[in-house]
Amino acid sequence: MKAVNVENIVLSYENKKGKTIAVDDVSFEVEKGEVFGLIGPDGSGKTSLFRILTTLLIPDSGKANVCGFEIVKDYKKIRQITGYMPGRFSLYQDLSVEENLEFFATIFNSSIKENYGLVEDIYKQLVPFKKRRAGKLSGGMKQKLALCCALIHKPQILFLDEPTTGVDPVSRKEFWDMLARLKNEGITILVSTPYMDEAKLCDRIALIQNGKILNINTPEKINSEFGKKLFAVHSEDMYKLLSDLRAFTYTETCFGFGENHHLTLKDDSVGVEDIKIYLQNAGHKEPVVKIIEPGIEDSFMQLMKSN
Amino acid sequence: MKQLLVFIKKEFFHILRDPRSMLILLGMPVVQVILFGFAITNEIKNANIAILDNSKDEQTQKIINKIAGSTYFNIERSLVTNEQIDEAFKTGKIKLAIIFQPNFQNELTHTNSASVQLIADASDPNNATTLINYASSIILDYQNSLMGPNKLPYTINTEVKMLYNPELKGIYSSVPGVMALILMLISAMMTSIAIVKEKETGTMEILLVSPIKPWLIVISKAVPYFILSFINVTSILLLAVYVLGMPIEGSIILLFVMCVLYIFCSLALGLFISTSVSTQQAAMMVSLIGLMLPIMMLSGYMFPIANMPWILQMLSNVLPAKWYIIIVKQVMIKGLGFSGIWKETLVLLGMTALLILLSIKRFKIRLK
Amino acid sequence: MNLQETVIKTEELTKRFGDFTAVNKISFEVKKGEIFGFLGANGAGKTTAMKMLIGISKPTSGKARVAGYDVYKETEKIKKNIGYMSQKFSLYEDLTVKENIVLYAGIYGLSSKLINEKCDELINRLGLKNEQNVLVGSLPLGWKQKLSFSIAIVHKPQIVFLDEPTGGVDPVTRRQFWDLIYEAAYNGITVFVTTHYMDEAEYCNRVSIMVDGVIEALDTPANLKKTFNASSMDEVFLKLARKAKRSDN
Repeated sequence: MKAVNVENIVLSYENKKGKTIAVDDVSFEVEKGEVFGLIGPDGSGKTSLFRILTTLLIPDSGKANVCGFEIVKDYKKIRQITGYMPGRFSLYQDLSVEENLEFFATIFNSSIKENYGLVEDIYKQLVPFKKRRAGKLSGGMKQKLALCCALIHKPQILFLDEPTTGVDPVSRKEFWDMLARLKNEGITILVSTPYMDEAKLCDRIALIQNGKILNINTPEKINSEFGKKLFAVHSEDMYKLLSDLRAFTYTETCFGFGENHHLTLKDDSVGVEDIKIYLQNAGHKEPVVKIIEPGIEDSFMQLMKSN
Repeated sequence: MKQLLVFIKKEFFHILRDPRSMLILLGMPVVQVILFGFAITNEIKNANIAILDNSKDEQTQKIINKIAGSTYFNIERSLVTNEQIDEAFKTGKIKLAIIFQPNFQNELTHTNSASVQLIADASDPNNATTLINYASSIILDYQNSLMGPNKLPYTINTEVKMLYNPELKGIYSSVPGVMALILMLISAMMTSIAIVKEKETGTMEILLVSPIKPWLIVISKAVPYFILSFINVTSILLLAVYVLGMPIEGSIILLFVMCVLYIFCSLALGLFISTSVSTQQAAMMVSLIGLMLPIMMLSGYMFPIANMPWILQMLSNVLPAKWYIIIVKQVMIKGLGFSGIWKETLVLLGMTALLILLSIKRFKIRLK
Repeated sequence: MNLQETVIKTEELTKRFGDFTAVNKISFEVKKGEIFGFLGANGAGKTTAMKMLIGISKPTSGKARVAGYDVYKETEKIKKNIGYMSQKFSLYEDLTVKENIVLYAGIYGLSSKLINEKCDELINRLGLKNEQNVLVGSLPLGWKQKLSFSIAIVHKPQIVFLDEPTGGVDPVTRRQFWDLIYEAAYNGITVFVTTHYMDEAEYCNRVSIMVDGVIEALDTPANLKKTFNASSMDEVFLKLARKAKRSDN
């Protein structure tokens, strides 16, 4: 039995802009115990999809099962076995860390003692602050508390909607370390995130944009489908480099990627040396050009283009 | 059960940790009662008046003494001529002039009828009416004391007697009104805000995706405010009885039972509001404009319903507060038992049931 | 582009709240036309420091000059000469694109003639000609951000402060946004930006990293990577931020 089974889900809503399609004919499956990432920018449909799977919204059409239960008929059963962390911190700001945890444990007919082992690693970090009001914690700490509260009743499946948004890189990394440790407990975890670099921390990912899934697979397989040579180019004047590369006749795409610009070409036969020569002629003294393996962001941007 | 308790505990935390709402919830009723009991009153005290005694005999003197002795009036000046009357009014120094006809005593003893003219400054008509009424009652009172047990056949006896509230004390009307207002605000407004807050901050999402039953969420929101409302009812009644000197003529238990019914009605109203709005601000606005304003204007609290145009009278029937105020007055001031208020009680029960039913129907177990 | 001119200079700038020191004697300079990355974990003191620089928070001690004006006494002049954009500060959703541009241009003190000019220029450059009368609320997030940035520099300020401007946006739009930043810097506007995307740190000329209220590192991304023996800015940041005692206050 798959942990999650989604078939042709469609969701749209009306607002000032008219009719917007939030989830556009989405289908996928998630295995039990997987860490499954839903990767895409704001407005791509991640939150809507999560809300459908956690039975908070009914789709316009399509079917879905969570742990074998149907999302419309069996919503009560799903709500018993699910842990849910909605987007942005939303626990009780004026309750302390301890009080929040106790509250959520109790409404799930559990207690902190019962499942302490599950949250111990995370909770240890919060213990020095356990009497502090949740509203006064830093962003990273808040998310850790929210994770504890979602876990405290030992759910079968965890839905984390953008748990690391707005949180600094160190806390983000710690959070993902925690998720990796949770995997060992056999809990299925669905995470959504706009940060592409977090994709490689998942078992499988679905890239989503404008309500449509662009690709679903392990990060490695997605990258292997890139299908083109990818060049990383660097020179002393990066801004000039960008415009020069974009002016290059063979250039298909050129994007900034921090230290290097990533370049794809229309013509497969054009190589590193050709690019170097072009750049030197354009006035770059010692351009560095390498062929690199594409990352998730490269794949995402390529898939975006073809849609 | 454990779930309900931990929920209620959480709600109390929210309330107690917000000092502003604590101030409103517990301080406001006290302030209101004191304000309405002492400071704001429709009564008139020490109104400046003038007397023009064209007769200057024993009778007029007695009447004047009686008037002077009343706390309502302060004889600011004695006039001598008619021309002075105009001037006294124009300068705004007096609000009422009492003018005795010449040969007052003679006329009274020989023809059994004499006249007193009362001229009031009606630029404030309510004031003027009140002053005229006060003065008339004093004069009538004196007239009655004059006549004794033997009533002459052609004298028309006007008996003025103010039932239940002989001194026409304003608080008799204001205390029930204040109670209706406060309970409605606390039970309806605060409850609806508390429920909507969960929606607004996003915690409602987490609560929904949990085994907890939705009705439990709702009840746990209502319980703290029920308790607070009850405390407020008690404190208002204590204040009214011991500080403002208001009596409780009827059964105290019946009174409390009726208060509890009204609290339930208000809580149900709060629930209903929370199912219809999605922001705390909206909940507050609806409560203030949809509840407080109509209660103050239409429930009979400040203005008598009987004086209102027909359509407003109809509208006032929709307000639970109106029925509650009637019940409180019947029990507290007139000392009636259940037989005197069964009709109004039925109305309140009906409203409560209807609101609860509607709220249950409208409570969303999903978003959107 | 005069690279020598200093547009921001701080000397032991400090901010205390009671006995808690949020920003502890930071000293640094930013040159005209630079893209300066101002990084740090939550709680490190970044936001507090930035508030002092844009003139909305008074320092406890130390000195600082922004756009040539003193942060204690000339905050109004500072505000006139800088632009500001953040995730939270957004445009008016129920005004159209054009109305927003005109509104902010007016707030920044441009003359009516100049407002109209700039308005057309901006609309054309962003390719929003067909959308100029569309409510901003209806625009996709990426367009809003680009519009927001363009409006922040409509009055050609000396410095533009960007507070995490690219949160949540898709990778293509993010880069288009940085194209705008590059262009602004090329035209002499100094860009002071904070971000949680470490790859964006690489786009900056120089980067400073705050830890526990102090600037622990300030250099070009390339030098920082060498110094900390790291292959990416992400690693540099992790190595530094891990040292922090003050991850939660």
